[in-house]
Amino acid sequence: MIELRGVTKRHSDEVCIGPVDLTIPAGGITALVGPNGAGKSTVLTMVGRLQDADEGRIEVAGRDVTRTPSREIAKTLSILRQENHFITRLTVRQLVAFGRYPHTRGRLTLEDERYVSEAIDFLNLGPYETRYLDQLSGGQRQRAYVAMVLAQDTEYVLLDEPLNNLDMQHSVQMMRQLRRAADELGRTVVIVMHDINFAAHYADHIVAMGDGRVVETGSPAHIMRPDVLERIFKTPVDVVDGPQGPLAVYY
Amino acid sequence: MAERTPSPAGVARLPVDGAPAQRRTGPFRTARDRRRYRLVVAALAVVGLASTAGILLWGNEAEPGSRAFWLIAQMRVGSLAVIALVALCHAFATVSFHTATGNRIITPSIMGFEALYIAVQTTVVFLLGAAGVSAATGVGPFLGQALLMVAAATALYSWLLSRPYGNVHLMLLVGVVLGGGLGALSGFLQRLLDPNAFDVLSARLFGNISNARTEYVLVAAPIVLAACLALWLRGRRMDVIALGRDVAVNAGLGHRRELMVTLLLVSVLMAVTTALVGPMTFLGFLVATLAYSLVETSSHRRLLPVAALAGYAVLALAYFVLRHVFYAGGAVTVVIELVGGIVFLVVVMRKGRL
Repeated sequence: MIELRGVTKRHSDEVCIGPVDLTIPAGGITALVGPNGAGKSTVLTMVGRLQDADEGRIEVAGRDVTRTPSREIAKTLSILRQENHFITRLTVRQLVAFGRYPHTRGRLTLEDERYVSEAIDFLNLGPYETRYLDQLSGGQRQRAYVAMVLAQDTEYVLLDEPLNNLDMQHSVQMMRQLRRAADELGRTVVIVMHDINFAAHYADHIVAMGDGRVVETGSPAHIMRPDVLERIFKTPVDVVDGPQGPLAVYY
Repeated sequence: MAERTPSPAGVARLPVDGAPAQRRTGPFRTARDRRRYRLVVAALAVVGLASTAGILLWGNEAEPGSRAFWLIAQMRVGSLAVIALVALCHAFATVSFHTATGNRIITPSIMGFEALYIAVQTTVVFLLGAAGVSAATGVGPFLGQALLMVAAATALYSWLLSRPYGNVHLMLLVGVVLGGGLGALSGFLQRLLDPNAFDVLSARLFGNISNARTEYVLVAAPIVLAACLALWLRGRRMDVIALGRDVAVNAGLGHRRELMVTLLLVSVLMAVTTALVGPMTFLGFLVATLAYSLVETSSHRRLLPVAALAGYAVLALAYFVLRHVFYAGGAVTVVIELVGGIVFLVVVMRKGRL
């Protein structure tokens, strides 16, 4: 369980995120949605201790993320942002192996190698594992980074817009793989995403944010209603019944 | 396709839970890259050893094996030790600096080490005259000057990195600006010097292997070796740091602390080499770029020794050819700077970005 209590981040006098009170249950996929500037990524990066909160308390699995040693946190929580400056001369396998760093400090045992291989296979990167990162397409590289955080073998996996720059096919593949990570590997996956229809289809819980605060939380069925969506996104939205559940139409 | 690494006692041959055996992670992509690495190390070692032998033996007129022969050889060992120290300093400092700043196209001298060295030297000559130069020699002033440079650099980056919006690029920019200011100050003082004093000063402002005195080497060697060992031991951390702040924090590293420690070690190395032989702007860049392009790996524990070996080979070869063949020992740095500067331009042009 991830718990935020009175979490505030002041970017400037006008721009302030929070106070955010939020509980994200363990297990399944939770999607953070909302308009631009709502504070989704800020909240995610604060939970992942990439940014410090100015006020408030964040606990992941009962441990305060700012007080617990970073190395210990790295064994229960992993976070991936969308922009990673990749270095040349680094193969997919070498990158994924960095996911084992919190456990091994760089000395890989056979067991670590097994985690690395499994993460690579899980994201169907087996044929590419000896390729350099700059020899991959954007989508493959994205998957390689996701494989890295899966190899970290943490209960909680936080992903900041993993669907950015992915086309239709790769977005669907990515979400299916994350769904499997939640179902088969028992991970708690928290994703920041833009597409409400993707969120509704793949997530178990949706947290909607706006103007730095939590506007609505609930199951996809609860969120996928015209009045709720309109309040979240501040734009008229129709909800129609699609072949695989409700679809938001807002064009 | 997976890289195969021989493992102790054949443990890797046991199949592990369905995963194909021997899928291992190594520092090299293929066995070919590993062979290439060994070949590069061997080739650089051969060049280094040949230049060493050349420096020791070439033009040694005394009868081989006689006492005079060994005396001459011994005097030359001092230069070799200086070359080794300078190569170690520049190679380790530059590669680590590149990783810490996430930029492979700058040199640590951008932090203002050279400007500070020039300012100190100029001030000494300005205040004490040409005679002041001899007053400012000795282990005390040498260490004092190195310490001053470390303190200045540490103050600069610990101040800038601990501010809320402090980042590496801001730190570099401030370093450049401060360096420019110090340079202008030195230039002004130099204008006021009398020609004799200026002549003495200008000889010290260009990096020169013969600037170093033997007693400096004995003091500098333990410091340099300790700093290099510390950086090498941090190699695996630097592998993670190279992936950027977010990945490093995710892996459980205190990113700011890691940066501070790395930059502190870098400033120690740069301060010692600058106090030892004077500024050499492009040597570090030259050898780091050589190492990156010769070796197909991103493992710091593999890269650092190669950069240092390349540094030794380049410096020793240049020293041997210019001093013992062309009798122009003072020009070593000039040539290195020229070659390094050209490599720098080529890299900038080829990459097309900074």
